[in-house]
Amino acid sequence: MNVDLRILRYDPEPTSLAFTAGEPAVGVAAAPAAEANPPSQAKPHWVTYKVEVDPMDRVLDLLIKVKAEQDGSLSFRRSCGHGICGSDAMFINSRNRLACRIRVDQLGKKISVAPLPGLPVVKDLIVDMNGFFGKYRSVKPYLINDSPEPERERRQSPEERARYDDTTKCIMCAACTSSCPSFWARPEYVGPAAIVQAHRFIFDSRDEGAAERLEILSDENGVWRCRTIFNCVDACPRGINITRAILEVSSAIVGGRG
Amino acid sequence: MDYPFDAVVVGAGGAGLWAALELAREGVNTAVLTKLYPTRSHTGTAQGGVCAALGNLEEDHWEWHMFDTVKGGDYLVDQNAAEVLAREAIETVIELEHMGLPFNRTAEGKIDQRRFGGHTSNYGEAPVRRACFAADRTGHMILQTLYQQCIKHGVKFFDEFQVVDLLFEGGDPGAGGRAAGVVAHRLADGQLHTFRAKAVLLATGGFGRMFRITSNAYSLTGDGVALCYRHGIPLQDMEFFQFHPTGIVGIGILLSEAARGEGGTLLNDLGERFMERYAPKLMELAPRDMVSRAMYQEIRAGRGIGGKDYLYLDVRHLGRKVIEEKLPDITDFARIYQGVEPLTEPVPVQPTAHYAMGGIPTNVSAEVTRDEKSTVVPGLFAAGECACVSVHGANRLGTNSLVDLLVFGRRAGRQMARYAGGVERPRPIPNAVEPVRAELEAIRARPSSGESAAAIRTELQAEMMDNVGVYRDGKLLTAALAKVRELEARHDRISITDCGSVFNTELIEARELGYLLDIAHVTVSSALARTESRGAHSREDYPERDDKKWLKHTLAYRGTDGPTLRYKDVSITRFEPKPRTY
Repeated sequence: MNVDLRILRYDPEPTSLAFTAGEPAVGVAAAPAAEANPPSQAKPHWVTYKVEVDPMDRVLDLLIKVKAEQDGSLSFRRSCGHGICGSDAMFINSRNRLACRIRVDQLGKKISVAPLPGLPVVKDLIVDMNGFFGKYRSVKPYLINDSPEPERERRQSPEERARYDDTTKCIMCAACTSSCPSFWARPEYVGPAAIVQAHRFIFDSRDEGAAERLEILSDENGVWRCRTIFNCVDACPRGINITRAILEVSSAIVGGRG
Repeated sequence: MDYPFDAVVVGAGGAGLWAALELAREGVNTAVLTKLYPTRSHTGTAQGGVCAALGNLEEDHWEWHMFDTVKGGDYLVDQNAAEVLAREAIETVIELEHMGLPFNRTAEGKIDQRRFGGHTSNYGEAPVRRACFAADRTGHMILQTLYQQCIKHGVKFFDEFQVVDLLFEGGDPGAGGRAAGVVAHRLADGQLHTFRAKAVLLATGGFGRMFRITSNAYSLTGDGVALCYRHGIPLQDMEFFQFHPTGIVGIGILLSEAARGEGGTLLNDLGERFMERYAPKLMELAPRDMVSRAMYQEIRAGRGIGGKDYLYLDVRHLGRKVIEEKLPDITDFARIYQGVEPLTEPVPVQPTAHYAMGGIPTNVSAEVTRDEKSTVVPGLFAAGECACVSVHGANRLGTNSLVDLLVFGRRAGRQMARYAGGVERPRPIPNAVEPVRAELEAIRARPSSGESAAAIRTELQAEMMDNVGVYRDGKLLTAALAKVRELEARHDRISITDCGSVFNTELIEARELGYLLDIAHVTVSSALARTESRGAHSREDYPERDDKKWLKHTLAYRGTDGPTLRYKDVSITRFEPKPRTY
């Protein structure tokens, strides 16, 4: 079948001619470069590609096909191609999803792809993830336990293990945080993904750092920014009940972890 | 820009992260460079488990794990390395638990363990519960846990810095030079940077992208392996590439062996459990090379499903509870990528290119070696899939990839810390970035009428899949060699349309294709020379294993007209080679 694939393109350096190590390059053919990158591409703009596809193809397959056959300059991140690495979260038909997990037959003949909302766009579908990972690091996303280590494993019952199972699934694709209106309104908000990561430790029976994390998350850019809009739950490609996790963290701040 | 460090780790999967953690604990000034973000690394896709003879559910011993590893590798395994692997698997898994890894638990709160292909009790008697697991996302949890610990210990990460060259002081390794650092391409702006270091670890993973149907990430293009080869370091045992039996038809995404470990069966068009005929004792839990060959045999005999080139993986009898609690991710993969409901339907599967047993030769301290005598290249280390210790020999057992990267990533970090404490930092190398800049500029400057990287890649992947796959023979390999040479010549004429410097992924992909071509060339040449069948290397014109002539490792050196092959002895300490039956 044929699909109209609309992609929001953005080239930050439409007139750049060469790759350098700190100095301008010479001897690069100017004509093809100018053709490939006319100055009009300096602003984000929609480009429509007609693509012949199989209904079982994923959006990622379509992007790869466009890059191979129609426009090599199209840029996007991808790695594992099956929803585990979290590289290819995008705004697809007006929802945040992983391009490798959504099929053509789920979307229809008109497909639009834009970069994740609310994050600075670097080029085409690539957004700046540094702020996102900075927030992740701010919640102390690691086991805190200063007790002496036993010779063998620390014991944990299957019930204790199940308590935080849902939030161990997070792949940090940013689909949730960049779908959150509270985050759009206030970019300083730590965001759902970081709270999910904190939850994973706060409710781990082996962890002793809950108090430190809850203090971080109770400040003005912490959990209270959540307005329970549930966009994050819709966006999560891993099916994590993010809003519930946020509410559990909020409750723990108020009444201790249960 | 020139960054002076004491250690540089290239790649942020399990091996790189554990090495970085050891270096941070020792206070060594370390940079970790990755072309992705660390949490995107391919370790994260490992599903089924990590084997260690904990004996939490039944009797087990590291000696049994070692034996299984040696036999599984068809006796090409270096047994001194396999002993390290099996012994240290136990302490590394316990250490991971202490770091917070959320393993599934037994009723008494211990780490839960399950069966996995080729892992047996009492030297081959029956399947044993050895694989420690976190649902079917064990690799994801390993990657997350190690990254978390690196953050805790303040490791410096350079995300989306792709290493494009290796630096040596005192000549290339063959001339006795020592590692001096790397050149990296910052994807965000296209600038080239040098990272000087006393100790350099390559942990760049595999290169399954040279095959059409593969479980490997798009980013697995063998960067570190090809860069070593270009600097005169030989590549070891590259003819051995594992095809995993249960890939999703057509696209190769993996359905974990855990499905069979939990009791899933393989069925042909007649509904028979055909593994009865090939491995009566272990059945579906025979090693992967044998199961993949059995599947090809069934397909050739016309017993593929509907006469086609795939078979069924059936988990329906396991019941909803086991499937949803222990195999949730792969159930989801079958639903999304195949439109099949594993609770009620069998899942179509076919072998998929999965794992490189070969790679950069190292000793058990993860130091890179460069000849038959295992002469060490000072300051250069390799661990994980890009390395060849060799603990996998001719065929890797399930979960041993994780064991390998944990055990030898940890060893690499420790040895690097010791080494870095005893040598001076290399001096800045004048014009260090120039060779690679010239190569990149040559691609960029070519008129746009040149060859297409995408077309060459597609042809390479088809050729490797069809002629250098599960079964091989001299004629097909000779044809493949000619094809790879043709593609190499065309690669020299590649042109691109993107002239920018910000995330020029077209330029990067063109360069990565060059790595894959180097590696494919070595793979085909090594396979053509090895006139026997052993493990994953199965020659229809030489169907028997030939220990007299071929119980030895291949070393492929870059020559002026393709690889030059030499050979290295195998370490045999405990287990004399025997016929391999299951």
